Amino acid sequence: MAEVLVYVDHVDGAVRKPTLELLTLARRIGEPVALALGAGAEATAAVLAEHGAVKVLTADAPEFSDYLVVPKVDALQAAYDAVSAAGSLVAVLVPSSAEGKEIAARLAVRIGSGIITDAIDIEAGDKGPVATQAAFAASFTTKSVVSKGTPVITVKPNSAPVEAAPAAGTVEALAVTFGALATGTKITSRTPRESTGRPELTEAAIVVSGGRGVNGAENFHIIEALADSLGAAVGASRAAVDAGWYPHSNQVGQTGKSVSPQLYIASGISGAIQHRAGMQTSKTIVAINKDAEAPIFDLVDYGVVGDLFAVVPQLTDEIKARKG
Amino acid sequence: MSLRIVVCVKYVPDATGDRQFTEDLTVNRDDVDGLLSELDEYAVEQALQIADEADDAEITVLTVGPEDAKDALRKALSMGADKAIHVEDDDLHGSDVMGTSLVLAKAIEKAGYDLVITGMASTDGTMGVLPAILAERLGVPQVTLLSEVKVEGGVVTGRRDGDSASEQLEASLPALVSVTDQSGEARYPSFKGIMAAKKKPVESWDLEELEIEADEVGLEGSWTAVDSATQRPARTAGTIVKDEGEGGKSLAGFLAEQKFI
Repeated sequence: MAEVLVYVDHVDGAVRKPTLELLTLARRIGEPVALALGAGAEATAAVLAEHGAVKVLTADAPEFSDYLVVPKVDALQAAYDAVSAAGSLVAVLVPSSAEGKEIAARLAVRIGSGIITDAIDIEAGDKGPVATQAAFAASFTTKSVVSKGTPVITVKPNSAPVEAAPAAGTVEALAVTFGALATGTKITSRTPRESTGRPELTEAAIVVSGGRGVNGAENFHIIEALADSLGAAVGASRAAVDAGWYPHSNQVGQTGKSVSPQLYIASGISGAIQHRAGMQTSKTIVAINKDAEAPIFDLVDYGVVGDLFAVVPQLTDEIKARKG
Repeated sequence: MSLRIVVCVKYVPDATGDRQFTEDLTVNRDDVDGLLSELDEYAVEQALQIADEADDAEITVLTVGPEDAKDALRKALSMGADKAIHVEDDDLHGSDVMGTSLVLAKAIEKAGYDLVITGMASTDGTMGVLPAILAERLGVPQVTLLSEVKVEGGVVTGRRDGDSASEQLEASLPALVSVTDQSGEARYPSFKGIMAAKKKPVESWDLEELEIEADEVGLEGSWTAVDSATQRPARTAGTIVKDEGEGGKSLAGFLAEQKFI
């Protein structure tokens, strides 16, 4: 049976949802072998096995947290070598986070393989795995294959359902030798981001975003209240971020994050092409805007032309009432 | 000792234009105006600031692309870069990120460098992997996705704002840096800058000069292949209501119908 190497994104042993989605896609093209690195790597095995990993490779070393990216590439390459030697490896799948893409890219150069990033679907094909991507602000859908080497593909969050599919999940320690470049970029300090208690933007099933129409940082609580009533993440347009009303980490769009939730609610956002680039693949799109001519209304499943300061609080109250 | 900075820039189709694919599934560059990728302006800006702080520095802007790509170089020169290198060759048409990165790496090595600076991603391909690939190819530390960057005494330091944490990074030169759009507003070229740019040297190199074989790049040398590109069907017109006091409630009704509540 052909193996698919899956790079695991986890926080101290808690596997993040995009990795579980990767396992769903991996099972379509082969048997998933997972690689988990760093503190808590072994603790990931149970959940990975429950979602289809036949084997879990683990490694921990201070290099993974003390130096940027390259030690993880060395480990992924060691896993690639081990799995290729033991069987037939059909693909390497990595979550499309900023770091995930960098890790995947460096591995691809090293093993002489083509790389496809930000896939939104993967299926088996005659010439190997076929990846679907959204191009040009999601106005096009492309299907691509890797024509050289073992395909390295990074996959966007929310691209596949999380499915239980219990497998062996045997844990095996992976031996990793770090190269000279591994210690090239030192991480001299790390300040964890304060948790808001809301879901992570790129992973959230529902995203509620505010833009220029929110008209000030002091008004963003209206957007946050709506988000909280739905258990959603909060996003912001570039205009709102540039004005200093909301942190850059929450920016949705071409220069911020690309999101693909089940439901996207845009409030006071006109829908410039750069914003659309980051949210156009959302399944259901809803907008609230005073300007009936705003381009965002071309995308919506449901739009309300009106003042967000009246519509959003009313919507929040109604949701709370309906949820009881 | 002079600090040699190479800034990699890309000439991209304007995102506000109607971007299309051509028959060979490469980007159609004929019908949409091109420009210096906005995200690369931040790279040029940081190069200028680093050069200002250094005793003696020289900034070279480098691009790989067709004839028109010179416009991107001119923009960077008018912002204040010292000279430019344009790698142009018919065999480059359709290169993927592996081909392009190979050309950039060879050109950077030929030009000579202490520091390479790039934007975080291009605004057309938007992969965001080129900086990491370049660092791998050049065999130098990657100090990427910085929202703040500083170079002092042969050491580059910077802040990388990730999803879960903000990290301070440090590496010795030579190194590769990529900067985000949070690194600081890019300056507008002054009239004086635009005039001065016309006199600055722009070198043109081809594949032969970089000792790259034609089959290592271009569509043929691509390590990936696009099988199909289809325009997404226009979204079917949604329901649009005007708020006359019940807009929020009607929207809640829609969300309930769709099982979000």
